[in-house]
Amino acid sequence: MSADATHAHGAPDHGPAHTEGGHGSVKAYVTGFVLSVILTVIPFWLVMGNTLDNSLVTTLVVLVLGGVQMVVHLVYFLHMNTKSEGGWTFMAMIFTVTLVAILLSGSVWVMYHMNRNMMPAAHHELLQKMR
Amino acid sequence: MMHTDTAPPGTAAPVFFATDEEGHHSEGSTMLGFWLYLMSDCLIFATLFATYGVLGRNYAAGPSQKDLFDLTGIAVNTAMLLFSSITYGFAMLEMDKDNQRRTQLWLAVTGLFGVAFVALEIREFVHLFHEGAPPWRSAFLSSFYTLVSTHGLHVSFGILWLVTLMIQVQKYGLVAANKRRLMCLSMFWHFLDLIWIGVFTVVYLIGVLE
Repeated sequence: MSADATHAHGAPDHGPAHTEGGHGSVKAYVTGFVLSVILTVIPFWLVMGNTLDNSLVTTLVVLVLGGVQMVVHLVYFLHMNTKSEGGWTFMAMIFTVTLVAILLSGSVWVMYHMNRNMMPAAHHELLQKMR
Repeated sequence: MMHTDTAPPGTAAPVFFATDEEGHHSEGSTMLGFWLYLMSDCLIFATLFATYGVLGRNYAAGPSQKDLFDLTGIAVNTAMLLFSSITYGFAMLEMDKDNQRRTQLWLAVTGLFGVAFVALEIREFVHLFHEGAPPWRSAFLSSFYTLVSTHGLHVSFGILWLVTLMIQVQKYGLVAANKRRLMCLSMFWHFLDLIWIGVFTVVYLIGVLE
């Protein structure tokens, strides 16, 4: 309710400011797009061309590039910053990122050790590992 | 918004207008609420990523990522979603200029890229079924289909939402309510592109390694 009311009051007098601060500019979108294309092409090139000849290094590089591209999307497409909504969107994001980090690393870590220490490897899985 | 909560009742109104002058969106609370929804959606995807991370190498003697995935097709899919992100951005810029016809045009282009993405994904799934890799073949495939199709369903509902809003805009014009809705969909759409970065990085690219 209150949002609609303010909109009616505020819309006419801060038109240009709204455009500037609201949804970025053509330049920001194009910058984000170009960066995203670069950050997409490099990992596909690394994996498809087997460029680094080392799957561990390739995995790490691809993960880092994916992370960087997520930040690019947040900044240029989702207009994330530390100030909008009095910093609450940023706080919510940091909280979520923390939860996600615990959830992902914890699950993979615990289940990896469960597999290693408790599950007798089935015959076909041993065969597959040898292949 | 926070100021209004902490200020005594008498001073609420002036403080309210002061926050408006800081150049924030006047649709503030809706945007924050929708952002919180996206964060909870992010947790759903995180659990599905964790499931895939745990089960992704359990093939039950079935096909592995390397046997199944066609990275060229995935690259095309990625391009579709990335194009749709920037065209939605252009739609928002035209919306700010109150140019209804161009907003609708860019929204339509965005929708077409979205449809292309979903169509390519369905084609990939059909192809996998023919290759003898349905979800029930192995734990890897179960977790793969759950993660990727959850994202695909989000995009499909995004397209449905987009078409609905295009009809709304056609009928009622770029009124404040429609602008607010378009801004929510904008966040939803860009968020799905962000999740897709995780999908193609973890599932497809890292999947075919080793």
